[in-house]
Amino acid sequence: NSHGQDSSYFLGWQLYENNPFHEVENPTGIIQMGLAENQLSFDLVESWLRKNPDVMELKKGGESVFRELALFQDYHGLPTFKNELVEYMAKIRGNKVKFDPNNLVLAAGATSANETLIFCLADPGEAILLPTPYYPGFDRDLKWRTGVEIVPVHCWSSNGFRITMFALEEAYERAQKLNLKVKGVLITNPSNPLGTTMTKEELDHLITFAMAKNIHVISDEVFSGTVFDSPGFISILEAAMDRNLENADVWSRIHIVYSLSKDLGLPGFRVGMIYSNNKTVVGASTKMSSFGLVSSQTQYLLTNVLASKRFTSKYMKENQKRLKKRKEMLVSGLKKSGIECLKSNAGLFCWVDMRHLLSSNTLEAETKLWNQMVCDAGLNISPGSSFHCSEPGWFRVCFANMSRGTLQVAMRRIKDFVERSNLMGRIKMNYQQNMSSLSRKLLSNWVRKLSSPDPDEHER
Amino acid sequence: MEFTRKNRQLLSRIATNDRHGENSPYFDGWKAYDSNPFHPIHNPDGVIQMGLAENPLCFDLIEKWIRENPDASICTAEGLDKFKDIAIFQDYHGLREFREAVAKFMGRVGGNRVTFDPNRIVMSGGATGANETAIFCLADPGDAFLVPSPYYAGFARDLRWRTGVEIVPVHCKSSNNFRITRAALEEAYEKAQRSNINIKGVIITNPSNPLGTVLDKETLRSLVSFVTDKKIHLVSDEIYAATVFSSPRFISVAEVMQDMDCNRDLIHIVYSLSKDMGFPGFRVGIVYSFNDDVTNCARKMSSFGLVSSQTQFLLASMLSDDEFVGNFLRESSKRLAKRHHVFTKGLEEVGISTIKSNAGLFFWMDMRPLLKEQTTKAETELWRVIINKVKLNVSPGSSFLCSEPGWFRVCFANMDDKTVEVALDRIREFVLQGKEENNHEADKSQARAQRWRKQNLRLSFSSSRLYDESLMSPHMISPHSPIPHSPLVRART
Repeated sequence: NSHGQDSSYFLGWQLYENNPFHEVENPTGIIQMGLAENQLSFDLVESWLRKNPDVMELKKGGESVFRELALFQDYHGLPTFKNELVEYMAKIRGNKVKFDPNNLVLAAGATSANETLIFCLADPGEAILLPTPYYPGFDRDLKWRTGVEIVPVHCWSSNGFRITMFALEEAYERAQKLNLKVKGVLITNPSNPLGTTMTKEELDHLITFAMAKNIHVISDEVFSGTVFDSPGFISILEAAMDRNLENADVWSRIHIVYSLSKDLGLPGFRVGMIYSNNKTVVGASTKMSSFGLVSSQTQYLLTNVLASKRFTSKYMKENQKRLKKRKEMLVSGLKKSGIECLKSNAGLFCWVDMRHLLSSNTLEAETKLWNQMVCDAGLNISPGSSFHCSEPGWFRVCFANMSRGTLQVAMRRIKDFVERSNLMGRIKMNYQQNMSSLSRKLLSNWVRKLSSPDPDEHER
Repeated sequence: MEFTRKNRQLLSRIATNDRHGENSPYFDGWKAYDSNPFHPIHNPDGVIQMGLAENPLCFDLIEKWIRENPDASICTAEGLDKFKDIAIFQDYHGLREFREAVAKFMGRVGGNRVTFDPNRIVMSGGATGANETAIFCLADPGDAFLVPSPYYAGFARDLRWRTGVEIVPVHCKSSNNFRITRAALEEAYEKAQRSNINIKGVIITNPSNPLGTVLDKETLRSLVSFVTDKKIHLVSDEIYAATVFSSPRFISVAEVMQDMDCNRDLIHIVYSLSKDMGFPGFRVGIVYSFNDDVTNCARKMSSFGLVSSQTQFLLASMLSDDEFVGNFLRESSKRLAKRHHVFTKGLEEVGISTIKSNAGLFFWMDMRPLLKEQTTKAETELWRVIINKVKLNVSPGSSFLCSEPGWFRVCFANMDDKTVEVALDRIREFVLQGKEENNHEADKSQARAQRWRKQNLRLSFSSSRLYDESLMSPHMISPHSPIPHSPLVRART
């Protein structure tokens, strides 16, 4: 059962699947806000493809490369693809870090990359420290088949969930008491679910900690291309370089995971990667990538897309602009309902503070509230407990996987929900009654929307 | 690779052991090939690659189909409107159309005697991923699987490396054409029990790699009843199913189960498009289990090796084109049959026999008469001669755990017709130990090269830019690298 798929994180998805929202065909369905996907910038990629017909028919300067692609299963990956990837990764980091394509290992998505790294760094029964709140998928990706344990590093809202040296030490000691050998600490930067980039200070703490304990640092930077606001993104390698650690031992214990699923919005293509300065890790993980190589057809397509520098620059700028705008829409919409979000500058979601809506400061109250959000308000948002958050009442709400119109509907539903909660106070609600009054309200809202055209609705 | 003590403590046991199997001599031949690859014009004395079980014989048919079906690609003008939906599709159930197409294809390959359920089609990262996933689902670290030998060298990694599971070989003998007997299985099972080894199942490859033979109904029934009796699993790796080019026909374990009393929960199939269609680059592996729990577990694990949605989309379209599939399967068999015949006949003429086979991309060659003595050492010596003097990268039986020295697996599908001629010439000469004078030899190779240049041939290595002085170090090449000097590898931005 350690695949973790019985958690509420996935339950919400099931409920959504049984009754999915559709603007026209199912306007009272559940809106999916639990999916950290980026659907905002496909038009840019599609327009590039339209202008580059050669890629389509697997042609390379007129000659079909189909045959070579179909046969290409070298686990080192297409060299041109890796060259483009390292350039793209460097670009995201403002070219402050240079990557060597020989240290890049392709994997079938970040899911596979993370699992592979753990297989290389830890034995069954050993442990990895993970700051909370963290992505629920880690319970599966890091632990399931590897037999490795996760020891959470507790972070608190009192300091914006920042990772402190104290929290790291505390977690390490807790692991010792449980007789667990800690092999590394894994961070997600920018953070999922917080949507924040790590400060220089946090990164320094981590590096110092890793040096002192002689452990690894895995930096999952899959959201690095979604940073849309200041402060900018600082990669762990940049922080290490700033301290002139390129020749220190710890340099070969720092590993990065990246993927094209979040910023480029291509999760279906399964393009993940590991970057490490440790030759043994590169060697072992390259061999392991046999279990999840990237389709050569996909490597070829994306090589060509990324090779167009004008396109990638334009894409990065435009994508960030749209993400920022959409996030601001969510934040201001929630504010109107009296709900605050953690100040964020990255990611495809906001970390929303609903503690004041809890009937009590407990996990049960959070679960109850979540149930109401899904069934009553019809919004599949993700409860903080599924991210192992130590404080009840926080929710992750995604904003980039839907149209503007759908987000507006979601904002209205939250407003109605909060108003109803305020009206009824904290007494137990009769779900039946509320369902019909909610439906009525939604219907009248919808009719109102249909009858008056929205002047802002020109975005796709 | 040398591991420092520091590394062993810092990294996992898995990362620092060699259960990935890549230090096996199996790969030495590849290194010889990589440092001196055959090219009809630029390097006619180079090593010919005959260790690679690939099937490029019918690419022309596939390329034609792709050209005629632009809407099967999400990048063409015709298919672009699907781009967005496909690009975000990461559901581990896989595209419904893809599963249906694969299930239909598997049924056709089995002669339409079995219907496969699309809901049991689970994706994986190639057959490599599929085999590993099956083991993760069926066994714990320390458990073991019986595997009839000779067997595919990659199993050492796929079944054991990260799973911690062991392989117990069941040695088959040439005296009965390497058939898997109930007696041999029972013996291996008892022996394992006595040594306190917990056998969780049996893995078979049907058609067999490296033998190129199909399992008959009797053997299949015997296997199914064996595992049912012992309450252990049967994993049938059927990735060469559509490479059967003459009778007897391929029989899937699924077919045999239909009219047998057995425990269906113990039967699982591994499939892939890498051999039958010749698409190893597209990483299409399938786990098909008759056990619901295993199907569900494997599906969750498929997150670690999903098939790219772009590829799912293309293949869903291609494999549901009944006319194309029918034509492809027929043509493929025809071409494989022809190639097989050319080789086996050529070898027969010089007194080399092969196991009578009707499938696969290789044949199992009997070089025992040429061994100095019937030992693995002698086999290895002979192998080195074949690589270094005859310049053919063939795979020695010992790398397939064959209990009898002197057998070699020779791949025949991964080259063009002219290279086949050259390879045969070399074998003939070696066997007959022709003592031709140097001049005569030089004249002959010159004449061959001239003939080549005159004819307008479509060769795999047709571009001169492929032959470059700066060869990659052998250690850098993946053992699965089909064409290390492929234009895709040599290209620089």
